[in-house]
Amino acid sequence: MSYTCGMLPVLDQHEDHHYEMSEYEGAKARWCPGCGDHSILTAVQRLLAAEQLAPEQTMMVSGIGCSSRLPHYMKTYGFHGLHGRALPVATGIKLHRPELTVFVTMGDGDCTSIGAGHWVHAMRYNVDMTAMLLDNGIYGLTKMQTSPTTPQGFKSNTQPFGTLLPPLNPLEIALGVTNASFVAQTAEWAPSHLYATLRAAYKHKGFSFVRILQRCPVFTPAIYQKAVQDPARIQLLVHDDGVVTPDLEKIYKSQLHHDPRDLAAARSLAEQTETIKLGVFYKNPSKPRYEESRRVAPRTPAERIALLEKEFARYAV
Amino acid sequence: MSASATAAPAPPKVLRVPEHTVEIVSDSGEGAQKCGQIFAAVSAKMGNGVWTVELIPAEIQPPPRVPEGASGNRIRVGENAVTNWGDRTDLVIAFNEQVLLARHRVDALADDALLLIEDKWARSEDPDIVAQWEAALKELSSKHYRIIPVAMEDECLTIVDNPRKGKNMFALGMLARIYGRDMELIKAQIAYAFRKKSEEVYTQNVALLELGFHWAEDNIDIRVEIPTHASDKPLVVMNGNEAIAMGSIASGMELCAMYPITPATSVSHLLSEVFERFGGIVHQAEDEIAAVGVAIGASYAGKVAFTITSGPGMALKTEFLGLAVMTETPLVLVNVQRGGPSTGLPTKVEQSDMLAALYGQTGDSPHIVMAPATIEECFHIMITARRLAETFRTLVMVLSDANLATGVSPYPTPTLDEAWQAAPLDLAPVKEGQKAYGWNKETGLSERIIPGRPGGMFTLTGLAHDDRSKVAYSSDIHQHSSAMRSRKMAVLQSLLVPPTVYGDASGDLLVVGWGSTKGAIEEAVDRARKEGLKVSSLHLRFLSPLEPGLKDIFKRFKKVMTVEINYSDEPDDPYITEENRRRGQLSILLRNATLVDVDCWGRVPGEPLRPMSIVEAIRGRVPRGGAK
Repeated sequence: MSYTCGMLPVLDQHEDHHYEMSEYEGAKARWCPGCGDHSILTAVQRLLAAEQLAPEQTMMVSGIGCSSRLPHYMKTYGFHGLHGRALPVATGIKLHRPELTVFVTMGDGDCTSIGAGHWVHAMRYNVDMTAMLLDNGIYGLTKMQTSPTTPQGFKSNTQPFGTLLPPLNPLEIALGVTNASFVAQTAEWAPSHLYATLRAAYKHKGFSFVRILQRCPVFTPAIYQKAVQDPARIQLLVHDDGVVTPDLEKIYKSQLHHDPRDLAAARSLAEQTETIKLGVFYKNPSKPRYEESRRVAPRTPAERIALLEKEFARYAV
Repeated sequence: MSASATAAPAPPKVLRVPEHTVEIVSDSGEGAQKCGQIFAAVSAKMGNGVWTVELIPAEIQPPPRVPEGASGNRIRVGENAVTNWGDRTDLVIAFNEQVLLARHRVDALADDALLLIEDKWARSEDPDIVAQWEAALKELSSKHYRIIPVAMEDECLTIVDNPRKGKNMFALGMLARIYGRDMELIKAQIAYAFRKKSEEVYTQNVALLELGFHWAEDNIDIRVEIPTHASDKPLVVMNGNEAIAMGSIASGMELCAMYPITPATSVSHLLSEVFERFGGIVHQAEDEIAAVGVAIGASYAGKVAFTITSGPGMALKTEFLGLAVMTETPLVLVNVQRGGPSTGLPTKVEQSDMLAALYGQTGDSPHIVMAPATIEECFHIMITARRLAETFRTLVMVLSDANLATGVSPYPTPTLDEAWQAAPLDLAPVKEGQKAYGWNKETGLSERIIPGRPGGMFTLTGLAHDDRSKVAYSSDIHQHSSAMRSRKMAVLQSLLVPPTVYGDASGDLLVVGWGSTKGAIEEAVDRARKEGLKVSSLHLRFLSPLEPGLKDIFKRFKKVMTVEINYSDEPDDPYITEENRRRGQLSILLRNATLVDVDCWGRVPGEPLRPMSIVEAIRGRVPRGGAK
């Protein structure tokens, strides 16, 4: 595609500029006070500053829901689209403009319910982007309906006598998808872990899926409360090739050395839900990336016409 | 007997006609389509007008010898340009009597058609088959067909071991003799068709061709002569879906996102084969919704992308189509219409998605809807669609249909123009003060900003928004932005020229059509005018915005009636009144736009309209002596 040549001078212009974190700040966030999304927004802005990503080369794509407002609060290009459909849009952007850095934010309803089909296929396409599932276990914007990740028994407006089914485990699904290449879990109440995980996800070439456990202060303030209050309920997955957060190791004494290349171990860990495991479950940079196999040589208008004339000759009478 | 076999046959009767329609029908996989395609291509090369329609069963491999499995080609050959599939077939070659029955039962064959049938079934060892043969011939005897049994496979066995694979070439030889086709041109077509096979395959096929030719010379007492006129312009021959694919390449678009659906998918088959050479890709998405989402993502990020689908797929894409309109993201959607509602008639033609295309999105969703009327227009409309989508920053829908998708006809080779193609992406910093939607207050037009441009960062949103793409929290913003999106349609209409009336500019009846029916309608108008009826026709390419000047044109006719391949109640049907009558989709649109009492006539037979049926409708609406 023919953008490449025109793009280079634009990149050159910005080589000297140092971006401050404040340069990534967009509109003032309108989430509720105490919402975990604030912490996630900060982590993303911190990551962009650390990586010195040019705002105009960075895309925030989202669906619909509280978490999907995030692009409005960034000063990058943003695409706030349809409920459940962030991933196809992000895939289209990346197929046409592979040089852009793409982040996707989705809620649990967005990603694991109405957009679940896209989620599975995006994992399989393994297009290079960082996809964040902001999982607060509830539909917030529409006012407290049961989502696929709502804990069983939780009383919601649509299942007022208690949520009927056990919650869906997004990690098990992600790790079950053929060609998945990066699966991690972190929590908004552990900011250094959140930041380190997003950074590892960003650095991974391929589709990085990060489930971020997030509290909704209005509807689900309690669902992670035991883990927040009792560090023993959290286990860190530690590995040089995954996430290492020395500052947290004094708080979260339960640590497991887990090699993220071990898919079988990752699947087994994902099934164990008695403790919340934070870290990189799986990472494999050698998986094929769809956009790489779809790269085509750009054509000038004149080349295209010459080729098309040849093509028409096949149909000549 | 031996004496008569060696005697020179009587010279054949020569039938000089301006046109003739031929069918080759068989079970699936017997090569009838290849035979028909070569016959059509050679006829076009010799200077005949040609319109070919594929006869396609719904199943991939239906059981043999059943009427539902009839597969093949129907070729209308004319002295002049042929614009539609015509009425009924004059000559059929059938590989078994059951597939022929299928054609007989849908009244596809002229009353005096000549039928050449493989007759080995009459000699079958299976008594059931012999009984079927006899029953079929009895059923066929209800018409005055002229039936000639031909031992095609027995003849072929003198050359090949497996005649089932070769009798299509024998059939082609018979047609070559009957229609006086140029054997050298046919051999060149065979060489091309089997270019990936060995020399031996070519030689054997040519031997079978010549066998059929000589057999017909000795045994068929009729020849058909259709005058030819060599074209002074170079021509290409293809179907409408191929023309759409070629047009999308010529437009400079670089991404087609789709999900398989009949009858649209063959566009992507051609593109999948060649698009990468042109710097483009076909993305087969996980579903229809993802396909349009990927196209919108790509369009948003750069050059206009497109998605192709048919009715059920368009329904699934609806929410995203509204997003494209709301965010003013250019997008081209091609809907190759089939019969509906629901799964409907997947392989058959219908024009019943117009209102869904125009009004199927939620909220107020103004966008452009166009319909190509010919195979040639399928090519050019993609170039126009891309340009309009970009200029007007909106969704452009192209409504083709199964008739255009599978019809094959020659058209002048386009002279390609670089200016048709999308410009290279502009990634320069945005101008100071440039807004995401810098609406011109008069026109609603604005320049879009794509990611990568320094200083232009904004968040596109499907929420109501102001000119900086900020979420609207006040009602006047939504009123204003709605007006801006709507205004663009009026601006486009102001740039269109009024359509041209076919026939006299005034009269008793004006027939109005859209899409693939143009050829059949105009042929019907010609015939009706020969009968002395004062009828003209008008064909629309733009449905949203509607072409200008319609009310003035309508005023010059005593009566206006649409002809469409969609369902409408007849005025004299039981329970039907002026008020509850459900009308043809174009007539609803025209009545609304012009306040003229536009009548309609529509049929949904799952096949293209026959000119004769339109003539009958015209006669019914305009009694001799003029409209009431």
